[in-house]
Amino acid sequence: MSLLEVKNLHVEVGGKQILNGLDLTVEKGQVHAIMGPNGSGKSTLSYVLAGKADYHITQGEILLDGKSIAGMDPDERAAKGLFLAFQYPIEIPGVATMTFLRTAVNAQRKARGEAELSTPEFMKKVRDAAAKLEIDPEMLRRAVNVGFSGGEKKRNEILQMAMLEPRLAVLDETDSGLDIDALKIVADGVNRLRSPERSFVVITHYQRLLDYIVPDIVHVLSKGRIVRTGGKELALELEEKGYAQYQDEAA
Amino acid sequence: MAELKVIRTNAEQGLAEAFAGARAKLPGAGAVKSLRENAFHTFESKGLPHRRVEEWKYTDLRALMRDAKPLAPPPDAAAKLKAKSAGAFLADVKSRRIVIVDGVFAADLSDLASLEPGLSIGSLADALSKGDAAVIERLGRPSPLGDDAALALNTAMMADGAVIRIADGATIARPLHLVFVTTSDKAVSVFTRSLVNIGKGAKATLIESHEGPAGIDHQVNHALDLIVAEAAKFDHVKINREGDRMLHVATFAAEIGKGALVNDFTFTLGGAVTRNQIAMRMNGTNIHAGIRGATLLKDRQHADNTLVIDHAIGHCDSRELFKSVLDGESRSVFQGKIIVQPHAQKTDAKMATHALLLSEEAEADAKPELEIFADDVVCGHGATAGALDDDLLFYLKARGIPQKEAEALMIEAFIGEAVEAIENQTLREVLMELARTWLAARV
Repeated sequence: MSLLEVKNLHVEVGGKQILNGLDLTVEKGQVHAIMGPNGSGKSTLSYVLAGKADYHITQGEILLDGKSIAGMDPDERAAKGLFLAFQYPIEIPGVATMTFLRTAVNAQRKARGEAELSTPEFMKKVRDAAAKLEIDPEMLRRAVNVGFSGGEKKRNEILQMAMLEPRLAVLDETDSGLDIDALKIVADGVNRLRSPERSFVVITHYQRLLDYIVPDIVHVLSKGRIVRTGGKELALELEEKGYAQYQDEAA
Repeated sequence: MAELKVIRTNAEQGLAEAFAGARAKLPGAGAVKSLRENAFHTFESKGLPHRRVEEWKYTDLRALMRDAKPLAPPPDAAAKLKAKSAGAFLADVKSRRIVIVDGVFAADLSDLASLEPGLSIGSLADALSKGDAAVIERLGRPSPLGDDAALALNTAMMADGAVIRIADGATIARPLHLVFVTTSDKAVSVFTRSLVNIGKGAKATLIESHEGPAGIDHQVNHALDLIVAEAAKFDHVKINREGDRMLHVATFAAEIGKGALVNDFTFTLGGAVTRNQIAMRMNGTNIHAGIRGATLLKDRQHADNTLVIDHAIGHCDSRELFKSVLDGESRSVFQGKIIVQPHAQKTDAKMATHALLLSEEAEADAKPELEIFADDVVCGHGATAGALDDDLLFYLKARGIPQKEAEALMIEAFIGEAVEAIENQTLREVLMELARTWLAARV
């Protein structure tokens, strides 16, 4: 059974049709890249997978392990192993990063019927994960994303992913706003988490990220549909020729 | 001449009868008696405050008080037994308990043994009966709050309270804890007055907790007069977790001396109607004052925090921050007046109030008022009211945190911003635990 199957997905946001019959199948252990111009529906796809309110599915379905997740709240989806790395991570004043991580990790464990992590277990895990991402332990005591630089926010997303150990991670333009050093740290963080049991959907506008996170499959999204699918060489071709031809094709 | 007919409400009539019945028995002779008579006259001429009195615009006591409850009888053994567990939720703070049961200073329930050098604690009733000149002089001084009907009523009817003095230079490390508790099964009214003096360079923390039974419409009127002398450091935290039908009117009036550091916090969870009047006057330069609070309300609870901060002298700063979380049909009121007198240059005053509305029916009223008569000052205010941020909630839920838990986390953080200004860590933790318990009861 495929980990994720998106079939003929039509999504409306604020009365506007954004996705128009999108199909996508992700097998265990695969890394898929979704590339496309601005306004093609990339972020809508990430939000509808995560379960954001006001993203209405008008047709089609989303199956995780063969079961529809359309009626599930975002927290239920997360507990089932879905993770979204936000393009614009949200600031949470007054909630320390450490508290946030611990609440999230234990809420998911509880939802899955697993025992909560003990304080020493949790602390060790978070310190190790933070060190690998070159995150200053001081940052963990600060409020989530408040006063963080763009790069720190993105690293914090990857730290959350490392702590939550999802089965399917959707990275929404994780490369945006990163300089080359930060990009490498983030990509290394993702690559360390690659495993035969874990899949990724990497959404990006630019090919650059895919030099570091090498995908198995590349899709081109235009006007709310996948218009072309190929291997990693497709990303290079897009970098060279741009998106213009696909925008025409879809129209 | 036509006869002048004063129209009184049922409650005003009841209060007049209560005063007539008690005036001979209330503690204090001569000067105290005339103080009471004058105060009652002030009250009678004003009547119960109502919505056309600007300071009481959102808390119409005339409409809210349908009758006046009989004065509480002195506590018997059963009342004292009930009072024993009052304030126990603050046990971790290891404070010195001073217990006031049904408006009466209960020495036998209080911890008055081995007082630190420089600390004295007594009962107001004793001081008035003995004719303590300092206490009587003090009660006769004009209040920083000015003329107020509820305070005048308190002066007329005050039966007891605590008199606490801390000598110059004394550091009282162990927090003092005024435990106010109303025990009766039948509705009563209670009037207490407490006087607190913090000497020059002295340091102390005073906690007030207010408790009373659920389902009984007691009426309490408390006043606390505070003098903080030069270069003293004083922290004050008031916690109200009274029963859901209680009417609580309280006046906290403070005069602050040069170079003093004062931090005040008002935490309101209980009561049907709560009115906290907080008045502070800066009598010297280089004072740092923080006046903050948090209010958590549900059902039809109503809580009003009304501040008058008088920068009578320049070169002082004050910070006001009040937060309220409103569920059900509850209502919070914030009125914050900052007065900067003509010569109070270099005043730095900032005031903010924020309300989080958890239901469509909740209401928050905010009225900041700045009266600035000096031209070289920094003053600012801000007020917001709104619901929880949907994007924030989505972010938390996308990490696997269920709706109610995500809401609780955000509300805790919202309250926490005000609570974190309290210096005593244990006290901060107790307050946050009360907030968490309140939040858990929502689920």
